[in-house]
Amino acid sequence: MNAATMHTDKIEANDLSVFFRQAQVLKRVALKVPEKKVMAVIGPSGCGKSTFLRALNRMHDLVPGARVEGRILLDGENINDPRVDAVALRRRVGMVFQRPNPFPSMSIFDNVAAGLKLNRVKGNHAEVVERCLRQAALWDEVKDRLGHSPLSLSGGQQQRLCIARALAVEPEVLLMDEPASALDPIATARIEELIHELKARYTIVIVTHNMQQAARVSDQTAFFYMGELIEVGATEQIFTNPREKRTEDYVTGKFG
Amino acid sequence: MNGSLLRRKAVNHLLTGLCALMVLVALLPLVSVLWLVIKNGAAGLSWTFFTALPRPVGEEGGGVGNAVVGTLYIVAIACAFGLPLGIGAGVYLAESRNGLFARGIRFTAELLAGVPSIVIGIVAYGVVVVPMKRFSALAGGVALALLMIPTLARATEDLVRLVPGSLREASLALGVPQWKTSLRVVLRTAMGGIVTAVLLSIARVAGETAPLLFTALNNQYWNLRPDQPTSTLTVQIFNYAISPYEDWHAKAWSAALVLLLVVGVLNLLARQMTRTRLKGAR
Repeated sequence: MNAATMHTDKIEANDLSVFFRQAQVLKRVALKVPEKKVMAVIGPSGCGKSTFLRALNRMHDLVPGARVEGRILLDGENINDPRVDAVALRRRVGMVFQRPNPFPSMSIFDNVAAGLKLNRVKGNHAEVVERCLRQAALWDEVKDRLGHSPLSLSGGQQQRLCIARALAVEPEVLLMDEPASALDPIATARIEELIHELKARYTIVIVTHNMQQAARVSDQTAFFYMGELIEVGATEQIFTNPREKRTEDYVTGKFG
Repeated sequence: MNGSLLRRKAVNHLLTGLCALMVLVALLPLVSVLWLVIKNGAAGLSWTFFTALPRPVGEEGGGVGNAVVGTLYIVAIACAFGLPLGIGAGVYLAESRNGLFARGIRFTAELLAGVPSIVIGIVAYGVVVVPMKRFSALAGGVALALLMIPTLARATEDLVRLVPGSLREASLALGVPQWKTSLRVVLRTAMGGIVTAVLLSIARVAGETAPLLFTALNNQYWNLRPDQPTSTLTVQIFNYAISPYEDWHAKAWSAALVLLLVVGVLNLLARQMTRTRLKGAR
């Protein structure tokens, strides 16, 4: 591998399995996510892509009956180690959800500052809020109504607000679970632009149903099917020259 | 097809009309109670009625000032015990879902909510009055708190469960610990509804007489000591109403009107205080 393509891996999942009660929904996945790159996770509904994503910041801890096996290394440290504090981990691994979920009882400003305020982080919150809203390409639209309810924003704006909120705690990794699936095409395009800009600073893992979106935003693509990782590689290779038959069938629309 | 459309329209009109009629019938007792209290009570209302101490039979003037203060005082004591316990239990029930312990608590709360208030009064009598060897505002407050807790807990549980799980996840994903997520995000989101539930329970306990009869008892004078018998509007109304004296009957009506006003003002104040100040909220 030459120097131009060599990257340190931010996340490395080894032998990762997730069970809900008796059902195994993720089967011995091994996957590396390079630092400051975008990894798209694609696959048909129920293939385990969201389950994989949620394992990366230990959201499964809170689901009764869920069990995670195997190792996930974040900067070489196994986050599934019981000694790792899930709360501290989630500050390093932020998450944006499928549907915009701003806190309705807080103002736009307080939504962005929520992570800081709730975690009692001292400092200039106004500065952080402005920076994060600028990073999320929302500042110009909301700067005159920071005290308003987030519900006064459109769906696309709400989603960018949620991204700004996730950025405010300064995570290293950003997990996005179909962040544009509830949005119209224009709002989707803005989110995708944003992902391009954000990868300069963050490692991003994005789950998407939209193959064009995966092709547009990601450097690497992982294809999941029935809880297994079928194939992972450079996005271009996955879409133009997949090694596996099932990947080809899926990306060309033969099933899924 | 035309015939069936006509029929459906007719049924629609008929049922809409029936619903409107039912609303009127349901409102009738409410309006008549209000009307009766205002008609009989308004005449006796004056500034001194709100501020003065009661006078003996036959004497002109006098009021229920100490009972107004006493009611507010005892309700405040009840809130001090009842709100944290009731809301806290509700949050616990909502968060822990179907653990054995939670199911036990839920069952107990349901049972307690159905216990007649006079029984609750007897409990407060046994738990507070007997050991203290005196009737007291504290005993009254405890009795009312016991009435508040189960209904408030169940209402809070339902309201907290209505908060979408996505908000909880959003908060947890920001690295906010679970307990803080419960209190500062989930509970805060449910707060509007909880305030309404609190107001309803305050209005309910402020109108209770039976559990106060042998806990707070009554008092002809001002009292703000928790260990002393204390006058309340409801007990005062009760005493006036069962008396054989005409002028006391008039005072009972006026005091009833005062009670309605006090509860109404409490409602308005709390709504004003907790109204969302965010603009553009839908």
